[in-house]
Amino acid sequence: MLLDYETLKLIWWLLVGVLFIGFAVTDGMDMGVGTLLPFLGKTDDERRVIINTIGPHWDGNQVWLITAGGAIFAAWPLVYAAAFSGFYFAMLLALFGLFFRPVGFDYRSKIANKHWRNAWDWGLFIGGAVPALVFGIAFGNLLQGVPFHLDEFLRPFYSGSFLGLLNPFALLAGFISLGMLTLHGAIWLQLRTAEPIASRAKAVTKQIGLATIAAFALAGIWLATGIDGFRVVSEHIPNATPNPLTKEVVQESYAWLSNYGTYPLTLLFPILGFAGLGLGILGSIKDHPGWGLFASSLGLTGIIMTAGAAMFPFIMPSNTNPNSSLVVWDAVSSHLTLNVMFWAAMIFIPLILIYTTWTYAMMWRRITVEEIQAQDHLAY
Amino acid sequence: MLDSSMIELSRWQFASTALYHFLFVPLTLGLSWILVIMESVYVMTKREIYRDMTKFWGKLFGINFALGVTTGLTMEFQFGTNWAYYSHYVGDVFGAPLAIEGLMAFFLESTFIGLFFLGWERLSKRQHLGVTFLMAFGSNLSALWILIANGWMQNPVGAEFSFETMRMEMTSFAELVTNPVAQVKFVHTVAAGYVTASMFVLGISAWYMLKGRDLAFAKRSFSVAVGFGMASILSVILLGDESGYEVGDIQRVKLAAIEAEWETEPAPAAFTIYGNPNNADQETHDAIKVPWLLGLIATRSLDTQVKGLKELMAEHEVRIRNGMIAYDYLERLRGGQDTPENRARFEEHKADLGYGLLLKPYVENPAQASEEHIQLAVKDSIPEVAPIFWAFRVMVGAGVWMLLLLALGFYFNAKRVIQKQRWLLWLFLFSIPMPWIAVETGWFVAEFGRQPWAIGEVLPTSIAVSSLTTHDLIISMSGFLIFYTLLFIIEMFLMIKFARLGPSSLHTGRYHYEQIAGSAGGMTPATAPQKPAE
Repeated sequence: MLLDYETLKLIWWLLVGVLFIGFAVTDGMDMGVGTLLPFLGKTDDERRVIINTIGPHWDGNQVWLITAGGAIFAAWPLVYAAAFSGFYFAMLLALFGLFFRPVGFDYRSKIANKHWRNAWDWGLFIGGAVPALVFGIAFGNLLQGVPFHLDEFLRPFYSGSFLGLLNPFALLAGFISLGMLTLHGAIWLQLRTAEPIASRAKAVTKQIGLATIAAFALAGIWLATGIDGFRVVSEHIPNATPNPLTKEVVQESYAWLSNYGTYPLTLLFPILGFAGLGLGILGSIKDHPGWGLFASSLGLTGIIMTAGAAMFPFIMPSNTNPNSSLVVWDAVSSHLTLNVMFWAAMIFIPLILIYTTWTYAMMWRRITVEEIQAQDHLAY
Repeated sequence: MLDSSMIELSRWQFASTALYHFLFVPLTLGLSWILVIMESVYVMTKREIYRDMTKFWGKLFGINFALGVTTGLTMEFQFGTNWAYYSHYVGDVFGAPLAIEGLMAFFLESTFIGLFFLGWERLSKRQHLGVTFLMAFGSNLSALWILIANGWMQNPVGAEFSFETMRMEMTSFAELVTNPVAQVKFVHTVAAGYVTASMFVLGISAWYMLKGRDLAFAKRSFSVAVGFGMASILSVILLGDESGYEVGDIQRVKLAAIEAEWETEPAPAAFTIYGNPNNADQETHDAIKVPWLLGLIATRSLDTQVKGLKELMAEHEVRIRNGMIAYDYLERLRGGQDTPENRARFEEHKADLGYGLLLKPYVENPAQASEEHIQLAVKDSIPEVAPIFWAFRVMVGAGVWMLLLLALGFYFNAKRVIQKQRWLLWLFLFSIPMPWIAVETGWFVAEFGRQPWAIGEVLPTSIAVSSLTTHDLIISMSGFLIFYTLLFIIEMFLMIKFARLGPSSLHTGRYHYEQIAGSAGGMTPATAPQKPAE
């Protein structure tokens, strides 16, 4: 069945959002766990407990990230091209960070040597914290506009620098990303580990959570008052053949707030962000980490959608040549490709959710130091 | 114009990271099925030794798999970071199989691999076997989609160029999936992976037999692998991907380059066993030829002609001139002169637009290329012949060597006297690198033979790159070099350590080093390896 092109363009914006949220809720959680690993695990056995809570799942979870990348390649090829090549060193930094995880998980406990294991623990820390930070920084830059333009044959040229990406607002966004994933990871550890790790995890949720909420509020105020958004001023032609060079875009104050004015329901996203993180902290403090994890998942969803809704229909605005900006209507693939991919997603995402849930159910338990010691040769 | 040294470095970076990634992929593809076979025997016979086999070879599988995932991440990032124009130009077609690979296959493989390693105590026997099967099935399904994407680079079917969006767009998903080049590539590549895993298990098992260690374990592992390997090598050779060489211009050029056949010979063409191909002279010096053989291998017939490189280049020259016209009209259309006349003229020549783009390294506007530029582009329109010629022969040589070994191994194993053929066991041990030599040279033939194209007849490699600087590439290359070297050392260290330790690493108390430890009342430092924790 062939859906209408305009509808598919919108659906793909939502689907990329779903993949990002799937990534944050699952693999983002693993990154939070990796970030906390050296601090919450005091002994080798305790660190193994922490690692084994995500041991069977991190690889499957990571595929959300890989699939999000693949979906951007297929659905928004120009975004994939311009963002990955423009943010060249930031992307490489995230990639090199990710390198530490597959080998870290599998190789760490294969050798019983203190230095070897300690080195991999810090590797897993880097593999968690660095990508989490970089992805937030990337979002922070998208919100400010990226210095790039397209030539007449649609070749993207990036005119910024790597250090330019590390501006204060982007670092704040990076902090939010790292903070929310670390909070999420801490609640997970509270849920899945026994004492003393569970208490240690619980002890950090409040600080991390409150700092993240404060940073999210600060970013909101900053975005509303200090950062110029973008707006398409030329007429929108539905179902148009995608061409990012035919529209006219202006950069102006308060533009990122206009969607919230036009569609007040979108205000639910920032509310969900605040409430989700807040209830996540509450669930943790009141010893209901299961509910806390559910709430923090909603919190991550709210935060990601807040940024997405502020920018809509922009995906990657250009601040040096606003007309080159990439929006959901003109940076997309052809009608046929979007349709084929839509049906693939409709069939496989539910299947993935079903079998992923089964694997979590099969492995569900509180992991104790005693279990790790008993299964010394089997566990990670 | 793009910096030529940046283009060169981008190619080096992609080629080296892809070849590096491909060190780990074939073993995963094959070993996962070997694990399924071993575990099936365990579930059916309930004999513990087969569970131990699954666990031990699974351990080595895991060490290899970790690097496969690590280096696979690079591939996903790299199209965007270093081949941005490629990503824009063909993402509409090429991106789809990659995204579907993620949704359909990679999720399956990666979700169940965690349970394969850590689920032994928590799953029933049948559930665990199911998990192992889904992991193997997922990884092989992954290969299918990746090779559909790669097959499209060699033979871009089911897509058309649109001047309005300035890119290739999918016209038929079914054609993309059923691309004959992709089909033969898939069969050839996964079967090569099965051979790789078989040779790996055989070489290590042979070593245990030579050392007289864990014989029951080694012989059973050998039996499983030699049967699987024999069937697989026959598939690689009989269903080789020669049949894919008849489709599309790129594949024809590749075939002629493999053969270093400059002039079209009357059918059936001779096969050059040895020679020194030279692109500058357009000649192969000191050639030793076997009559008829090429015609038979390449076309499986005695009367189909294999076109020579000179004739192919003459065809390319015509297409380059057409491509200049196509480029001229493309510029007019993109520049706003969107008239029915211009559209018609563009449509007439657009099949050759890619050939026009071959002029880009020499002239900003291909429509204004001089006669000299055209001749340079014609020379560029075929790859460097000698490396392909030799890589192909190395691949075939390694394949024939493995066929002989596997046949002998199969024979002596069937007669149950394999343990006595020590010379053969030594050959198996020292032949462990052979499958890797074959798959790496094979991959090289396929991809270097595709040059000068990133997408055959559509997009030259020279304009597919990102707008980066040489400086950027030097930094990223250095990063990859450092990380990949360190990872390789660590991986080899663990692989060799656990292969030497053998099934004793499972700590069941049933195997060699634990038996020694038991009988001697403790390990002696000279014979006992450091106790691993897992």
